Amino acid sequence: MSQNFRLKNIGLINRDKKISFKFNGKSYFGYEGDTIASALLANGVHLIGRSFKYHRPRGFFGSGVDEPYAIVQLYRNGESVANIKTTEQELFEGLEATSVNCWPNVNFDIGAINNFLKIFLPAGFYYKTFMWPKSFWHKVYEPFIRKAAGFGVASTKHDKERYEHKYEYCDLLVAGSGPSGLASTYAAAKNGARVILAEDKPRFGGTLLTSEVNIGNQTGKEWAESIIAELKEMPNVIIKNRSQVFGYYDHNMLVMSERISDHLPKTKKYSPKERLWYIRAKEVIISSGSIERPLIFGNNDTPGVILSSAAKEYLKVYGVLVGKKPLIFTNNDSGYETAVEFKKNGVDPVILDTRKNPKSEIINEAKNLDIDIKFSYVVVAAKGYKKVRSAEIAKISEDKKELSIIENINCDCICVSGFWTPTIHLASQSGNKTKFNKDIDAFVPGQSKQEETTVGSANGIFTLEETLKNSFDMGYELSKKITKNDNKISVPSVVEKKSTEHDKFWCVPLPKGKNYKRFLDFQNDVAVSDVEIALKEGYRSIEHVKRYTTLGMATDQGKTSNLNGLQLVSNIENKIVPEIGHTTFRPPYTPVTIGAIVGREVGKHSKPTRKSPIHKWHNESNAVFVDAGVWVRPRYYKQGNETLFEGSKREATNVRKNVGVCDVTTLGKIDIKGPDAAELLNRVYTNAWLKLPVGKARYGVMLREDGIVMDDGTTTRISENHYHMTTTTAQAANVLSHLEYYIQVVWPELNVNVVSTTEQWAGAAIAGPNSRKLLQKLFPNLDVSNEGLPFMGYTEGNLFGIFARIFRISFSGELAYEVNVGSDNGNFMWKKIIEIGKEFEIQPYGTEALSTLRIEMGHVAGSELDGRTIPYDNSLEGLVSKKKDFIGKRSLNRKAFTVEDRQKVVGVVPIDKKTSIPEGSHLVKDANAKLPNPKLGYISASCWSVEHDNPFSLAILRDGKNMIGQKLFALSPLKNKSIAVEIVSSHYVDPKGERVRS
Amino acid sequence: MLHIKCPHCGMRSQNEFAYGGDASVKRPELNKEISDLEWDNFVYLRKSLRGKHLELWQHISGCRQWFKVQRDTATHEIFKTLKANEDI
Repeated sequence: MSQNFRLKNIGLINRDKKISFKFNGKSYFGYEGDTIASALLANGVHLIGRSFKYHRPRGFFGSGVDEPYAIVQLYRNGESVANIKTTEQELFEGLEATSVNCWPNVNFDIGAINNFLKIFLPAGFYYKTFMWPKSFWHKVYEPFIRKAAGFGVASTKHDKERYEHKYEYCDLLVAGSGPSGLASTYAAAKNGARVILAEDKPRFGGTLLTSEVNIGNQTGKEWAESIIAELKEMPNVIIKNRSQVFGYYDHNMLVMSERISDHLPKTKKYSPKERLWYIRAKEVIISSGSIERPLIFGNNDTPGVILSSAAKEYLKVYGVLVGKKPLIFTNNDSGYETAVEFKKNGVDPVILDTRKNPKSEIINEAKNLDIDIKFSYVVVAAKGYKKVRSAEIAKISEDKKELSIIENINCDCICVSGFWTPTIHLASQSGNKTKFNKDIDAFVPGQSKQEETTVGSANGIFTLEETLKNSFDMGYELSKKITKNDNKISVPSVVEKKSTEHDKFWCVPLPKGKNYKRFLDFQNDVAVSDVEIALKEGYRSIEHVKRYTTLGMATDQGKTSNLNGLQLVSNIENKIVPEIGHTTFRPPYTPVTIGAIVGREVGKHSKPTRKSPIHKWHNESNAVFVDAGVWVRPRYYKQGNETLFEGSKREATNVRKNVGVCDVTTLGKIDIKGPDAAELLNRVYTNAWLKLPVGKARYGVMLREDGIVMDDGTTTRISENHYHMTTTTAQAANVLSHLEYYIQVVWPELNVNVVSTTEQWAGAAIAGPNSRKLLQKLFPNLDVSNEGLPFMGYTEGNLFGIFARIFRISFSGELAYEVNVGSDNGNFMWKKIIEIGKEFEIQPYGTEALSTLRIEMGHVAGSELDGRTIPYDNSLEGLVSKKKDFIGKRSLNRKAFTVEDRQKVVGVVPIDKKTSIPEGSHLVKDANAKLPNPKLGYISASCWSVEHDNPFSLAILRDGKNMIGQKLFALSPLKNKSIAVEIVSSHYVDPKGERVRS
Repeated sequence: MLHIKCPHCGMRSQNEFAYGGDASVKRPELNKEISDLEWDNFVYLRKSLRGKHLELWQHISGCRQWFKVQRDTATHEIFKTLKANEDI
C-alpha cells in the first residue's frame, strides 16, 4: 500500500531499508526506525482497535509510553504477546499484529452495541449490575466479565524466550535522556562518577529531537548526538536505550527493564529477549520529562484526535503527517510549535486557542506564517465515527461557561495540547511527598525522601535554558559529593523561543441540548459524566472516585487522565486540586512482562538442584529420582518393568533378608567444636549429653521454645571437644541457624562454634543382617564385632587408603552402619561397597524402601515431626530429661500438652490386610456418622510392610496409648475410601529392638 | 530491597539476610522458676511497632552472624546496625 502520509525530506527513519509487516492480515510497509504506529499512520490507517467498555473505535493518541489505546496483539517468531503499545513497538521484517477488544473485526465490532447501551453502563456498573441474583455470579457474570476484560489474550504456551536478571551498582542513575538527562549525565561523568543513563525509547535525546532550539553553535539534535557519542566512549558510563526504569524501591534500589530483542524478528542466539536490571544507585536523577495533557470535549476519543506533541513527533522523527487538514486545539504555546511544523511542510493548519489575546515569539511566528488562528475558540465535539471528518467549534465566553457561534469546520485530525504534566511517578514511588505547583497546574516532586533529585520538565521547568543550567549543576554537585572531584563543565548557551502563560482551562462545556461523551480516561472509557455520577452518589476521596469509576486504573496508569480527573473533581467540589490530592503511584510505571520479572528462574532453575557425589552411579543404575527438598534422591532402582511398589518392596525385603546400601549424603551434618560443645548439646537436646563418652553416638530430639519437636538425629562425640551432629535432610539449614542463634545471641558465653559439613561428607548406610560381614571385608583391620563396635558406637577406619568415619546407627531397625568419607571419595566408597557386597547379595535401596523400613519399625520422621507434635506424641517422652533445663522445656507444662487423652503415635493395620490406607486419611469411630464426623486422628505415613506382607500405617491418634486393639475407620474423602482398621503398636517389627543390637 | 550494613561484612542487599524477630526479647535464664504468664510473654507475645524497632537479622548467605538492626518499620529507614553483643 502506498505511503500517502509520508513526507519526503524529514525524519530520522532509514529510508534505504523497507520493512513489510501485517496488521489485521493486511500487508503494509514501513521503514527501519518506524514504530507500528508511525508506519500505520504513514499508510493512513487510524482505526487500530476498540475501546474497553463501549467498544468505540480507537486510534492513536500519543507517540510513546503515554499511549492509552493503540494497543495490539503481537505475533513474533511463533509467539503471541498481548498488550503491546503500537507507539513503542518498533517494526521488524515480518511483524504481524492484530486489533484487540473487537469481534469479529475492528471495522464491524458486535461489542460496539455497548456504545448504544451506555446508559446502562455508568460509573460503578460492576458494583451495581452484578449483585443479584447471587447464583448468577459464578455462571453468568464472572465468565462474561472475564471475557470482556483485558487487552488481548495471554499465551498459554511455554515461553521459549530467555530473560535475564542483572545486578548493577553505580554512583548515579539518570532516568531519561532528554536535555536534562543528557546534561546531568555529562556533568557527572566528566566529574568521574560511574553513571548509568537509561532511555525508554530507541533514540536518545528526548524533546531535543523535535524542538527548534540551538545549544552552543549546534541544533538541539546535533548537540544531543555529540554528547551521546562522547558518553559512549567513556568507561565510567553505561548508556542504555530501549530501557525503562519502572520502579523505585527502598534504599535507592531501582529496577529497569531493557528490551534487547523486542525490535528484532527473532532473538539472537546467546542473547536474552529482555533483561531486568536491579540497580543500586548512590544518587538518582529523575529526568523523565513530561507528558502533554489532553483537552476534553465531545467525542474526544474519535480516531484522529491526537496529542499535539505526538503529531509533532510523528512529523519530525518519522516524517509522517497525522492529517492533511489539521485542527490544532490548544490552551498554551506548545500547540503553535506543531502548527508551525505542519505549515513548514506544506500543510495548512487551523489553530483554536482558548486564550483571549496571548502574545509570544512563537505566536508571532505563526502569525507571520499566515496560519489561521482563532482566539477564545474551542472544539465542542469531534465529528465522524471511525475517523475525524470535521469538528464542531465555538467561541467561548470569558468565564469559559457560554458557547456561541457554533459552527462546523472541516478537518481530518485534531491535535490537542492542554499544557504539560510532569512525569513524577518515580519520585512519588521513592516516597517523595509531591506538591502542587499552581503556576503549571500540576504536581511536582517535593522534599526528597531517598537520594533522588528531579530535574527538567519532570520538575516543572519548561525552559531549556533553565533546564540545562539546573541539570549541569545537579550532575556536578551530586558527583562531587560521591567522587570528591571538582571538574565542572561550563553550561552552553541556549537559543529558544520564549513562551507565554497557559490557560487554566481543560474541559469544554456541553452546548445546550447536546449530550456528547467527553472522555477523561481513554483506556478505561471513563467520561466526565461518570465522575459526576460518582460525586453525586457521595464519593469524595479521590481514591474512592478512582476505584468507583476506574479512572486512571488502566494499564497506562492514568498518564494522560489523572490530572484532568483531579481538575474536574476540584471544579465540581469547588476545591483546589492540592486539597483533593492525587492517587498513589505504584510500580511498575509501564507494564513489564512476567518473563522479565521471573528471569532465568523457570522450570528446573526455579530452585537450586543438589546432587550427591554418587548421583552419576545412581543414574547409570536405572534409579528413578525424586525431589527431596532441593536434593535429587533415588526413589528406587528400577529392574526391568518394575513399578515403584514392586521395586521398593524388593529393595526393602533385601535389607531385612541380606544387606542393602542407601545414599544418605543428603543428611544435614554440623561440626560442633569447643570446650562448651557438650553444654550446648545439653541445652539444645531434650536428653542428657554431658556424660556421652568419646567414640559414642546418641540419638537426640530438639524442640522449639514452644515445645514442638523441631528435629531429631544422632550426634557423635568424635573427640574430647569435637562432635558431629546429623539433622534431617529437610531441617539442616534451620537447625544450623537455630544453633547459631543460641550461640551468638542467647548464650554468647558458651565457648563453642558450629559449621555445616553437609557437603564435606558423602554417606552410605549399610543395613541388614549381612552388614557386619560386609563391613569386615571393607575394613579388614578393624574390630567390628558386637563388642568391638557396639550399637551407637563410633570408630574410624581406612577404606582402601581413604579415611572413613564409621557409625553404628540404624534408621531401618536392622543391624546397620553408616560410613562417611570425604565427598570427593563418595563415588569410590559406593563402588567398593557394591563390588564387595555382591557376595552378600547387596542391593542399593532408595527413599521409598527407606521409608517402608522406618515406618514398619515405628521410627518417627518428617511426617510425624511435622511442626505440630511434642515428644510425647511421638513416643519420645523417654528422651525428655526431668533433671535439666533445655530449649522448649517450660512449654511442655502447657495444659494441652499434658491432658490425659493427648494424641500419640500408633500403628494402623487394615482389617482385610489388603487395602492400603491413603496418607492423610482421618481416623473416625463411625464411618457413617453425620458430618462433620468427629476426627480422632490422622494417618501420617503408609507403607507395605515387607515383614508382614500387608499394609501398615503410622497415625497420630487422640488418646493413642489407650487405643491399641480398637477398631476404627480410616476415611479418605479425596480418594473416596472408607477402610476398617485396627490400631496396633507403632513398633510393628522387632518391638524390643533386638536386631540393631545383635 | 533493603540495603543492610552487616557489622562484619559491610553493605549488602537484603536477599543475603534472613529476618530474625524482635531483638529486645530476652530469653529467660535456664533453670529459673518462671510463671506461665512470663513464659507465655516470651514465647508468643510480640509488639507490632510502627516506627523505630530493634530487630535481629542473620547474614545467612554471608558470614552467618546474627546481628541487630535498628529500623523504622514504616519507612524502612535503617538508623544503625550492631553486633549481637552490642547494645544501642
